[in-house]
Amino acid sequence: MSRRGTGPRLAVNPITCLAHGMCAELLPEYVKLDEWGYPILNGDPLPPDLVAHAKRAVADCPTLALRLDPTS
Amino acid sequence: MNGPILWYAARSTGIVSLLLLTGTVLLGVLGPLRVGSPAWPRFALAGLHRNISLLTLAVLGVHAATVVVDSYVPFRPVDAFVPFLGAYQPLWTGLGVAAFDVLIALVVTSLLRQRINLRLWRSLHWLAYLCWPLSLIHALGGGTDAAGSWPLLLGVLCALAVLAAVIWRIAARRRLAGRVV
Repeated sequence: MSRRGTGPRLAVNPITCLAHGMCAELLPEYVKLDEWGYPILNGDPLPPDLVAHAKRAVADCPTLALRLDPTS
Repeated sequence: MNGPILWYAARSTGIVSLLLLTGTVLLGVLGPLRVGSPAWPRFALAGLHRNISLLTLAVLGVHAATVVVDSYVPFRPVDAFVPFLGAYQPLWTGLGVAAFDVLIALVVTSLLRQRINLRLWRSLHWLAYLCWPLSLIHALGGGTDAAGSWPLLLGVLCALAVLAAVIWRIAARRRLAGRVV
């Protein structure tokens, strides 16, 4: 998988995340869940067609633990 | 304006909004339990929780407006927002108005959830457990035909449903001790 690109990257705050798992439902392309339900993120820059879905996943996180970091 | 149409409208929107609010509360109580299935994923249930709450507010707006417009009931626009101010059944109506105010606060803070402190939002959101009983008491006490008829049965069913959901959540919290639900 290429790590190049200029899109934003997903990041999770592991302290506030409580494994609701909605991010994996909304963005399965970049979020998998471990056996306890916590997200394992693909940290690559997001392609443009997934940014809107990522924003939805960020907004819908029940504990607001998911965020989008701009790629510098 | 006067006439039975307004009374029917106020009554029906009141009953519908109680049902919608109960649905919102049920989804809200069960949400943190990670309830969901392939056909009903969690994000869809969370979206329903939000959308049904918005619908509740819209139907409640009509409920309040019909009572304001109905000249049979001495109820001014300001009485729809300030509890216990109106002259018509001050206690029962006041409880409903208080619940309406709390619901507005809950919806507004939830729509701004990303912009305000999450802890503040979460503490405020516990007020839902005040909003819903106030609405139920308002409906059963203030409803013009609530006692001893099918609206009473509806209220009892709503209460049983929410009670069951709350017991389920408390039981799940004990089972998943250490995991915040």
